[in-house]
Amino acid sequence: MTEEEKYQKLKDIVQTYLPDDVTIESVGLESNFTTQLNINSANLVDIVLDVEDMFDIRLENEDMDGMQTVKDALNIINKKIAQ
Amino acid sequence: MNRVVVTGLGVCAPNGVGLENFTKALTNGQSGIAFHNNLKELNFSCQIAGKPDVENINLNKYFSNVQLKGLNSSGLVYGVLAGVDAWMDAGLNNANDETPDWNSGIIFGTGILGVDKFRESIYKLDKGDVRRLGSTSVIQTMASGISAYLGGILGCGNQVTTNSSACTTGTEAVLMGFERIQAGKAKRMLVGSCSDSGPYVWGGFDAMRILPRKYNDTPEKASRPMSATAAGFVPGSGAGALVLESLDSALERGAKIYGEVLGGAINSGGQRAGGSMTAPNNDAVQRCIQEAIANAGVTSNDIDTINGHLTATSKDPAEIENWSTALNKTGKDFPFVNSFKSHFGHCLAAAGSIECVAALLQLKEALIFGNLNCEDVHPEILKLVSEDKIPKETINFQPKIIAKASFGFGDVNACLIFSQFTK
Repeated sequence: MTEEEKYQKLKDIVQTYLPDDVTIESVGLESNFTTQLNINSANLVDIVLDVEDMFDIRLENEDMDGMQTVKDALNIINKKIAQ
Repeated sequence: MNRVVVTGLGVCAPNGVGLENFTKALTNGQSGIAFHNNLKELNFSCQIAGKPDVENINLNKYFSNVQLKGLNSSGLVYGVLAGVDAWMDAGLNNANDETPDWNSGIIFGTGILGVDKFRESIYKLDKGDVRRLGSTSVIQTMASGISAYLGGILGCGNQVTTNSSACTTGTEAVLMGFERIQAGKAKRMLVGSCSDSGPYVWGGFDAMRILPRKYNDTPEKASRPMSATAAGFVPGSGAGALVLESLDSALERGAKIYGEVLGGAINSGGQRAGGSMTAPNNDAVQRCIQEAIANAGVTSNDIDTINGHLTATSKDPAEIENWSTALNKTGKDFPFVNSFKSHFGHCLAAAGSIECVAALLQLKEALIFGNLNCEDVHPEILKLVSEDKIPKETINFQPKIIAKASFGFGDVNACLIFSQFTK
């Protein structure tokens, strides 16, 4: 899977959780899930589960704590795939 | 309108079953939070919880043999213990076999009831064994099972119902019973709430990652309301019950009176303006507190003690700020404030009622029960409240008017005003 493919798949996941007034076009690498994209922090755990299913990995509590932005998420996904 | 007083209390809490044990535990700062191996075996991140110890309680005192057969609903057990104890504490008897007590009702809430019984039933059902569910799978798992059991035991003939509003449930039940007596529709209302214990109730919260996970070896340190190191709420369970009664009825019976319910308010933040399914709209919280004070016919200057919702999450400073704004009080003018969740965790639907029982015990005992685990008060809280208003040990102080609030998922709020009774 190329970096671009991973990014696209992550965006597909995130799209479901965006509030009505935030479009998928506004999602960038530096976007912060809660403060910029206004995703309810309670939904972060659901994004983590979707990511686990999509990339066949397992994220621990500590991984989730470090997952503030889209880029953070991609870094963690890459780290887990490499393990 | 009728004045409403509290004439009976009952409690089944993680740090004490029965009023005597509970009072002693709160006075001495005893925690009811413990490690639970079954949570570890099920891979919970948070393996600690508050669970009442009913092992040594003689359940035959409360249930008939038929009722005990196949009983697998912990919330129902806690609720019946607390409810029946409160009724006895008020000096009331069960109605005779022929006539219900038309003037007595029950509002006893819960979040979800009989989860273990439901699981048992689902396993049988999925095996195609529906006919083997037995006769009690419905009554142990219907939400109103708890008010139905209590209604049958006591013989209440007024309104008998169950309310549900997440962690506001218990406080809401008190307010609903208060309003019914105030309006002259009942003389006595047994009010309270219960919450099941166990992994099937707590698992959803563990999955949300809002429970502390670094205290599995030091469970008594885990619940840290108002602390800078608060790391999430510790899940709890149990039940609390209060007998509310019209003042006329209480005086006529010569009943002991713990205190008076002066008033209260309930509202919702509509999941707007920062409020969400899981977070409160601060404006709504402040309005709820202010409306409760107005409804009680007092002013913010009269409130000398607050028992907060204060669950030990990062939201505690926001709650204190809401109290401070609503009461227009800061520093040394801020009332004494405590959170009993430091002792027994967050008992979810049972939280409000157990905490109301504790608040009334403060009136009776002339004590403010100390807060555990907040030796490091959050700096944002210290900007608003003088540290001596957050007692870390139980202090001798006769509260005159206590404000008690509970907030719940769905952005719902409830606030009650209790006072010392004076004719």
